[in-house]
Amino acid sequence: MPEKYIYFDHAATTSVKPEVLEAMMPFFSEKFGNASSVYGYGRESKKYIEDSRDKVASALGSQSKEIFFTGSGTEADNWAIKGVAYGNRTKGNHIITTSIEHHAVLHSCNYLEKEGFEVTYLPVDKNGLIDPEQVREAIRPETILVSIMFANNEIGTIQPIKEIGSITKEKGILFHTDAVQAVGNIKINVEDLNVDLLSLSAHKFYGPKGIGALYIRRGTKIVPFMHGGAQERGRRASTENVPGIVGLGKAIEIANSNIDEYNRKLIGLRDRTINEVLNKIPYVRLNGHSEKRLPGNVNFSFEFIEGESLLLMLDMKGIAASSGSACTSGSLDPSHVLLAIGLPHEIAHGSLRITFGDENTQEDVDYFMSILPEIINKLRDMSPLYEAVKKQ
Amino acid sequence: MYSEKVMDHFMNPRNVGEIKDADGVGQVGNPKCGDIMKMYLKIENDIIVDAKFKTFGCGAAVATSSMATELVIGKSIDEALKITNKAVAESLDGLPPQKMHCSNLAEEAIKAAIDDYKIKNGLIEDVNINQACSRRCDDVEAHLHDFNLDDKE
Repeated sequence: MPEKYIYFDHAATTSVKPEVLEAMMPFFSEKFGNASSVYGYGRESKKYIEDSRDKVASALGSQSKEIFFTGSGTEADNWAIKGVAYGNRTKGNHIITTSIEHHAVLHSCNYLEKEGFEVTYLPVDKNGLIDPEQVREAIRPETILVSIMFANNEIGTIQPIKEIGSITKEKGILFHTDAVQAVGNIKINVEDLNVDLLSLSAHKFYGPKGIGALYIRRGTKIVPFMHGGAQERGRRASTENVPGIVGLGKAIEIANSNIDEYNRKLIGLRDRTINEVLNKIPYVRLNGHSEKRLPGNVNFSFEFIEGESLLLMLDMKGIAASSGSACTSGSLDPSHVLLAIGLPHEIAHGSLRITFGDENTQEDVDYFMSILPEIINKLRDMSPLYEAVKKQ
Repeated sequence: MYSEKVMDHFMNPRNVGEIKDADGVGQVGNPKCGDIMKMYLKIENDIIVDAKFKTFGCGAAVATSSMATELVIGKSIDEALKITNKAVAESLDGLPPQKMHCSNLAEEAIKAAIDDYKIKNGLIEDVNINQACSRRCDDVEAHLHDFNLDDKE
């Protein structure tokens, strides 16, 4: 194992902050009460759940009663899409989304297609952006829901959510956004953005895994996803994950109080890495929009090499990163996002995603830049594709 | 996920490179699928005296290429043709199920290089050089299918 280990995969997950863990700890043992119980233990749990709900609402600019805790971001996406589809079936059967959504949204939509719904998957431009006019043009009389992610998990592109929100508001269509990558990185106000439903997940911003939330604008027609209890005002049955909920509240409170400073730091690391890699290494391209992108996201394609090989070599040098190659996606094809922005398969296979976070420093980037060119050279020297290019 | 032997052959691949005056060269795979293997053989009196490779692909593709060159050196071409994908994988102490298809590429690359040698020496007629991809992609599908089923159980 290498001496040091640098974690560059914060879009995958983050570590729980010590303050968050500290806030959660009492709720595993001493304050273990079931929030549905009438006695003191239960009432105390209930109070902390509501306190946490207030914190999430405050971070999103919503009312507390519009926040519903879920088991994950994936659950929030599933609930938003299927819940709205089934809840509004009498109004119509058409859903609009994009070709670069997370699979939690795409596979929910695929499922609904089998159930008789129709789904439009909007294409994106070469930077991964949706034009709000595409949404307007795709709207039909039977459209009931538009679901467009706030920021892409792979290439970091941030969508024009406010502009899309004003179109859906004007047309009276519900608008869901998967903001799992955005919350904690981008200031969000659901009123300002005209968003009706928004998914988030605590472990993307230094909270625990296994807890997420769905914002549902008051008055939104949505059917429950979990049946079997009156929790979450009858909309999401299941004994509350009190430590998780408390952790989510604490994590979102910290993230929001610190968002400007955090962004400045991540943008510094991001832009320096982008500039140095593009300047020092030939045959490389930046995937995603150069400005409208998440503060901590970098995504490159290195031609003539394959992503899993690159990840293994980086891992041996102590760097944890991610790729969109087929070998890492568990399918025949490379990432659907990289194909959607128009990359040929062989270039999509050579992608590398780095996502910076709290504990990363300029020294980490120094170290990364000191080992990357050598690794790229080693893999290219081994590649018959590079050999063919050199001979030209 | 990978055995120590696979990681060793990936990090320190044996016989990487080209043979300028190779007697047989075979290239299989497809950049679309994410791996290409090119094998160079030096053959004297039907014995493979040297082998080198270049590979674009994942860790398993590089390791199987490396192992395949080690297995063929010193063998007669008839013996080399008998090397199966399974033998390559076993020599590496196994491959994860979703990576077994990479070992097909090694077997096919050996065959393609030997076919090239035979054609050049008039031992066989020009054949449709097997690019291996169609077979391999079917295998990938099959393995992924098995893998996904295993996952669900």
